[in-house]
Amino acid sequence: MKLAIILWGIPWAMRVCSWVYPKFAEALKERDAVAQFRTRGQPMGRWIQVKNGKVSSGAGFHAQPDFSIYFKDRKTAADFLTPPFDHLERIHAAKNFYITMEGPDDLIVWFMHLVASMETYTWTKGTDMGDGVTRYTNGTNGGPIFVYVKDGKILRTTPMNLDESDPDSYTIKARGKEFKPPRKTTLAAHGACQKSMVYSKNRILKPMKRVDFDHKGERNIQNRGKSEFVEIEWDEAIDIVASEMKRCKAVGPGAIAVANGSHHQWGNLGHYLSAFNRFWNLIGVTKLMHSPDSWEGWFWGAQHHWGNSMRLGATEPYGTIEDCLKNAEMMVFWSSDPDASYGFEGTQRRRWAKELGIKMVHIDPYLNHTAAHLGGKWISPKVGTDTAFAQALTYIWITEETYDKEFVEKRTTGFEEWKAHVLGEDDGIPKTPEWAEQETGIPARDCRALAREWASKNTYLGAGGWGIGLGGACRGPTGAQWARMMTILGAMQGMGSEGSNFGNLQFGAPVDMNFYFPGYAEGSMSGDLAYSANSTNNYQRMPHIVTMNSVKQVIPRMWLPEAIMGKPKLGYVTAVDSVVGQFFPIGYPSPGHVPVEMIYKYGSSSLGTQVDSNRWINMYQHENLKFVVNQSVWWEGETPFSDVILPACTVFERWDIGEWLNVGPGYVHHMYSMNNHRVISLQHKAIEPEGEAKSDYDIFLAISERMDLGAVFSEGGNSELEWCKRAYESSDAVKTMSWRKFLKKGYFVVPQEPEESRPPLGLNWFYEGRKKDVPEPYPLPSDFVENYGEGLQTPSGKYEFVPTTLKRFDDPERPPVNKYIKTFENAENEPEVAAKYKLRLLTPHSRYPFHLMGDDEGCFLRDIREHRIKVGEHHYLTCRLSREDAAARDIKDDDLIRLWNDRGSVVCAAQVTDRLRPGVISAPTASAEYRPAGEPGKSTDLGGCVNVLNPSKPITTKAHGIRPNGTLIEVEKWTGVDTWKPAAPVEAA
Amino acid sequence: MAKKWNMIVDIERCNNCRGCFLAVKDEHTGNDFPGYAAEQPAMGANWLDIERKERGVYPIVDAHFMPTMCNHCDDAPCMKVGGDAVKKRADGIVIIDPVKAKGRKDIVESCPYGSISWNEELQLPQAWIFDAHLFDTGWKETREEQQCPTNVFRSVKVSDSEMQKMAVEEGLEVLQPELGTKPRVYYKNMHFFTRCFVGGSVTGLVNGVDECIEGAEVILKKDGSEVGRAITDTFGEFKIDKLQPGSGAYELDVSSSVGKVASSFELAADSVYLGVLELV
Repeated sequence: MKLAIILWGIPWAMRVCSWVYPKFAEALKERDAVAQFRTRGQPMGRWIQVKNGKVSSGAGFHAQPDFSIYFKDRKTAADFLTPPFDHLERIHAAKNFYITMEGPDDLIVWFMHLVASMETYTWTKGTDMGDGVTRYTNGTNGGPIFVYVKDGKILRTTPMNLDESDPDSYTIKARGKEFKPPRKTTLAAHGACQKSMVYSKNRILKPMKRVDFDHKGERNIQNRGKSEFVEIEWDEAIDIVASEMKRCKAVGPGAIAVANGSHHQWGNLGHYLSAFNRFWNLIGVTKLMHSPDSWEGWFWGAQHHWGNSMRLGATEPYGTIEDCLKNAEMMVFWSSDPDASYGFEGTQRRRWAKELGIKMVHIDPYLNHTAAHLGGKWISPKVGTDTAFAQALTYIWITEETYDKEFVEKRTTGFEEWKAHVLGEDDGIPKTPEWAEQETGIPARDCRALAREWASKNTYLGAGGWGIGLGGACRGPTGAQWARMMTILGAMQGMGSEGSNFGNLQFGAPVDMNFYFPGYAEGSMSGDLAYSANSTNNYQRMPHIVTMNSVKQVIPRMWLPEAIMGKPKLGYVTAVDSVVGQFFPIGYPSPGHVPVEMIYKYGSSSLGTQVDSNRWINMYQHENLKFVVNQSVWWEGETPFSDVILPACTVFERWDIGEWLNVGPGYVHHMYSMNNHRVISLQHKAIEPEGEAKSDYDIFLAISERMDLGAVFSEGGNSELEWCKRAYESSDAVKTMSWRKFLKKGYFVVPQEPEESRPPLGLNWFYEGRKKDVPEPYPLPSDFVENYGEGLQTPSGKYEFVPTTLKRFDDPERPPVNKYIKTFENAENEPEVAAKYKLRLLTPHSRYPFHLMGDDEGCFLRDIREHRIKVGEHHYLTCRLSREDAAARDIKDDDLIRLWNDRGSVVCAAQVTDRLRPGVISAPTASAEYRPAGEPGKSTDLGGCVNVLNPSKPITTKAHGIRPNGTLIEVEKWTGVDTWKPAAPVEAA
Repeated sequence: MAKKWNMIVDIERCNNCRGCFLAVKDEHTGNDFPGYAAEQPAMGANWLDIERKERGVYPIVDAHFMPTMCNHCDDAPCMKVGGDAVKKRADGIVIIDPVKAKGRKDIVESCPYGSISWNEELQLPQAWIFDAHLFDTGWKETREEQQCPTNVFRSVKVSDSEMQKMAVEEGLEVLQPELGTKPRVYYKNMHFFTRCFVGGSVTGLVNGVDECIEGAEVILKKDGSEVGRAITDTFGEFKIDKLQPGSGAYELDVSSSVGKVASSFELAADSVYLGVLELV
């Protein structure tokens, strides 16, 4: 089409759109502008004026345009402006300066967005249910949902029922039975309480400023967490934030740090790996080096034996669900409670296993949710002693010669050295069941019975929450030893042979694993090739402009307070591309960079999630930290430790898109195979934001515009909905369902994989000595020893009982031979602490909130008595303790109790139980609230932040990972009078 | 015969995920359904609640969960005191009229199950309405059923005689039948809440080593006659369930090729773990 005609057509389209769509007419009135389109080469042009909502236009050049858009030539302009738009070509034009712009950034973004948005007015969103009700769809961390809306308010949210128009579900045939999952999605508690979260009284509805903070005068840093806040207008809030950012940028590279949680609301676009990363890459900031939270022992320990660095040390899940149901005779759940935090798709499959009569054994100091539901043998070792129990199992296998000798011979190295250790040839201590009994408290006969049953039966080892790794005992001080032992048990029983593998029926359902839809860790619109999985698929499938952070300084997340307070500690890199990458230390401050003086905190509350969390309070009140922004949806414990608060909206109040549990390639590749159906949902903007909350995207855009980065950030005025469309069109789903249909229906179920083309059984290739044939592109081609696809990601290509990589590194707590090292704070290694405190604390993830999402006051979850118990006016965090320990302290159900040690003190409500071994306390890290009885950081917390008790020591000396399980504490009835003080003086400024 | 609604709840299938509990809150918080129920207070009014029961001591412990809610009784005490403020629909569902019941705290107190809660703000007695408002607009199942990942709930619309037949065939029970209220909510596997078990760990010397004894025969007797039987598992453990709490003295004989042992115990209110029973 000729350029003149196209340019003439744009204002006409705008006029027509404003006649037909009143909302567009309103948008036209927002601002006035004269846009000049022109070519650089052969001068021609047209101007378009928007004034008081009216559109006028003329050929040629306007005398006083507000902004100009230059095209290299007529052809470039015609291609750029003719729909349907080819994003690859458009980006190509922008990157190579075929197109340039001149004028106020915010006005250009506004105008470009206005023009681009015309198409969206023709779209129908959601399903009309009659009676004024529209059914929208959304996604949560707990599963996808239907959202019923009436009169602009959410009426209800439900799991999705699949109907006849959706593809059939898979069938698994096992031992004469056929199993088919229910035709609906399941939902974790934190997904089922979303309506109460949207309308929670804890929502932040207006931007706020601390009353005694003046960025041009007195900052009163010491009052963070104590002073009140006043509401301010968005303009003022953005002005302060942008001016402080400019001030910090002038100080030097790295002066601004961003701190985000590990998770976000569900959705590819709004995730921190997307809009947040894109924005901060454009600004240049010190980022946090997240540790491999929840994979600690697998990452720092297990991977040295078998590689799997891309999975953070966990193993491959393929085909294990079908194989377990068909061939396993026993399942050993070791520190494995999938029913706690991963939704209930796996619960359905574990019930099939129960129906088939597969024996179940549960090893956990707590008779966990999965164990209570399934039944079976409960083995409850003393906290941190699991390694001794596992070593004794191998002692039986060695002495009774019941390990898989052929596998050990052909596929492993180092067995003789390992065997010598187990038999006590190196240290004089044979690792007998009787020896283990002294450590674990488990009768030697139980150990022998389990070892013999395991060796004689096809056994699935469900290690950690997903069975293939993650969570549980891997998170304690002995977590690396434990995870290493799990791999040793697998190797000695021929992992990968039919019926003998890793898994607990949580991961590896026979869904289609080729069908592409982007996962959230692909970074969506981030353009961040360095710190997301963007480069693997998303960058090619959804062409968008690359962004890079020019600041090279990073801070190990565990040590953020120490870094800010001027006493930095060394961290280690969470490297996933190789096994040895984790040996690289990271320091702070980095060469040529400056110390951080501003933190931009993004969602979640570190006081609930980070160990030794009183450190955070000390950091926030430290004079080195000149400015703190907190961008949050809800008012949480950490929120008041800031200067300016920016209210973000929920995912129900903005657009997003995502697939249920699809993380993307990387640390949980094919995570959606935890589900029985792959469900992709459009996350409809179902309601307008509460109060003046804005989407994260719009907040970042507003700040960008203050720095003339708006057009770059939004890639020329793209709205969130347009980004959703681009994401959808990058996927394989669009080949089956058009964007318009998807927009209306809201979800797409991926057709099931035919039985004959399901992926092969995980590790079976290794067991049989074939080339790797499961559909994961790991390890990197360079990390195979000889031929591509042959062997494991170890220096030998074999399973290594005594890892070569640990031999090359010196960490006293990770000896190459996996010795049993007693847990910390015991009579031998820390006698003073052990004399003072007698109870060991477990702080698992909560079953009900997602970390602490859903714990805010006003959320339904607070009425769940296994999560919080209402005493007086307040809901206290539920803490489980054994009948014996309770009786010794005269504690009854629902009593308020205080948990304390030298690091912290916190009040909970008691749940007395027989499901815990005496001496063990279990209280989840689920508190969004922090409510100090006195001075913040120096008094007892009534909110339930049990992480104030956990130490900030790393999992092993030379690692960057937390160890939140097994901390020594004492417990007493709460007197109501706070006498607790930190044992050592808190470091002053 | 008219078909009426009944709800069957299988305790064995419940793992306390709280989906049903949250579904009821989601459905009624902030939503007024005229003629059915006024809106529920945001916090504290748990029209459907979940009870927890643990039995036994380490190492033989079990834990079960039981959703409880309005039983929609056919001979409902709330109807007796409520007059025209409480109605029984032709389909069996009991509705506390959200207008007529205003101020009637006595209706709350009338329920022997404690299933009616008091809405202080609205001065209303309120209970779970069996999702009548949804059935009336074409829903095929309740929100609780739709939400439940493990099929704990099964709502059935059948005649009373068909329901009685199902109850017998499937071993269903109602809460506190002795009250004579004729609940329409039935429970499967109620024994996890109302009965006790006896368990133990059987050991013996094999080649001079203390071992768990698998396959030992355990016979439970009362007054000399057998009332239960079990075979020990891999870990030498056994569990004989469904004993009446407070049923008094029992004897137990365990035997295998390794040897024999006898034990006796008194069953009071709680389940009993006999500890290690060593065969000699």
